[in-house]
Amino acid sequence: MQFFYHFGKYFILLTKVFSKPEKSKIYYNQTLKELISLGVNSIGIVIIISAFTGAVITLQTAYNTENPFYPMYLIGLMARDTIILEFSSTMVGLILAGKIGSNIASEIGTMRITEQIDALEIMGVNSASYLILPKIIASVLFNPLLTMISIVIGVFGGWIAGTATGVVSSEDYIYGIQFAFIPFYVTYALIKAVFYAFIITSVSSYYGYFVRGGALEVGRSSTKAVVYSCILILLCDVILTQLLLS
Amino acid sequence: MIKVNHIWKSFDRQTVLKDISVEFEKGKTNLIIGQSGSGKTVLLKSIVGLLDIDKGEIKYDNIVYNKLNFRKKKEIRKKIGMLFQGSALFDSSTVEENVIYPLDMFTNMSYKEKRERADFCLNRVNILNANHLYPSEISGGMKKRVAIARAIVLNPEYLFCDEPDSGLDPITTLRINNLIKEITDEFNTITIVNTHDMNSVMEFGEKIVFIHMGQKWWEGTNKDILHTDNEKLNDFVFANHMAKRLKQIK
Repeated sequence: MQFFYHFGKYFILLTKVFSKPEKSKIYYNQTLKELISLGVNSIGIVIIISAFTGAVITLQTAYNTENPFYPMYLIGLMARDTIILEFSSTMVGLILAGKIGSNIASEIGTMRITEQIDALEIMGVNSASYLILPKIIASVLFNPLLTMISIVIGVFGGWIAGTATGVVSSEDYIYGIQFAFIPFYVTYALIKAVFYAFIITSVSSYYGYFVRGGALEVGRSSTKAVVYSCILILLCDVILTQLLLS
Repeated sequence: MIKVNHIWKSFDRQTVLKDISVEFEKGKTNLIIGQSGSGKTVLLKSIVGLLDIDKGEIKYDNIVYNKLNFRKKKEIRKKIGMLFQGSALFDSSTVEENVIYPLDMFTNMSYKEKRERADFCLNRVNILNANHLYPSEISGGMKKRVAIARAIVLNPEYLFCDEPDSGLDPITTLRINNLIKEITDEFNTITIVNTHDMNSVMEFGEKIVFIHMGQKWWEGTNKDILHTDNEKLNDFVFANHMAKRLKQIK
């Protein structure tokens, strides 16, 4: 029953979020601020994690395929496909759920318990739309870009790790990342990134918007926002994979 | 005029407001008094529409406010200014940005005009040279005054104050009370103030509604309160020895 209660409440919130904005210019400015806060400020962590994970994927692939029958370029190919298909979209989505999700839930939750949201409502502002819509738009626009950055850095990290440790030659790795390349995989990763961005921002906003109580409850709602965003991302991953790759 | 007709409100089977009816007039400071937990804040939040009532109606100048849809409610809300118990200033915005916010949202004023209007309102509440400070950098009394400046920036017709004196010293409380009274007279607003500060009651209670256990127990003026024989009200208003002696002298 609780599931249906939250599900219904979430969709009612979304109808409020996607109603006509009071003043487009204000929303535009808010979206630009959110692009920096949720997007640009996440580039650093995405680069660091992608570089290291790309490196680990390459080394793991190399150590688990030590077989004279396997061509060496397979390491590059495996690293590329793993990064594009799962890591740069899903793993980065999960990481961003932790970073952005907790940020959004605690920001909106604090506004709720300090009556700032009530103050907006009293002024006649659609608080749900004003606070949540710019975050959703910014994240949906910027997340695919983060995915692209992650793919490039991940593959590059794999090349550095592979060549530096000598598990694969530069030529084999570069040949591998070009071999049997399916451009749709990138489209698939970008589609997933858009869905994940929507899940992270809307679910986290939901948990922040309806928080009741004090600082402890804001903390709890922030944790719930991250946990449920992660679960929904993984569920969405299964559904989209079946729909797009079957 | 704001008319509250037989309203009921409950949370999880606990009835907080029981059949309350009251009228609030223009140009008067209307006080809602009562003990903590008596239902004052719920009543105020129900009147402004932050809480949905279970039964009854709330009329703003003969418009049944609680039956309006969100868009129509918004039109009335633009005429409302509200001072929250904790000030509810946007903590990531400066004092000036807080006051300018309603102008940004609902007017087409130029930036210069908005700044002038914000300066006027901030001067009106005696906030000087604090435009670029953040709410965390100013005192509790200043926060209340900034919140009043934000509430009056759009020339409201209705002003609501939820415990404007909470957490303030007696002198600052007096200043805030005087300011609310002056603004009520100057802007001819319908002002409704939630309070349990007895100085406020005696000083500027042109109409007082006493709420006890979710019910309207008494209604009158600050002059009537000295002569009433309502036991519950007397227990609340003249709770300490000094007040009891004052009542006996009167």
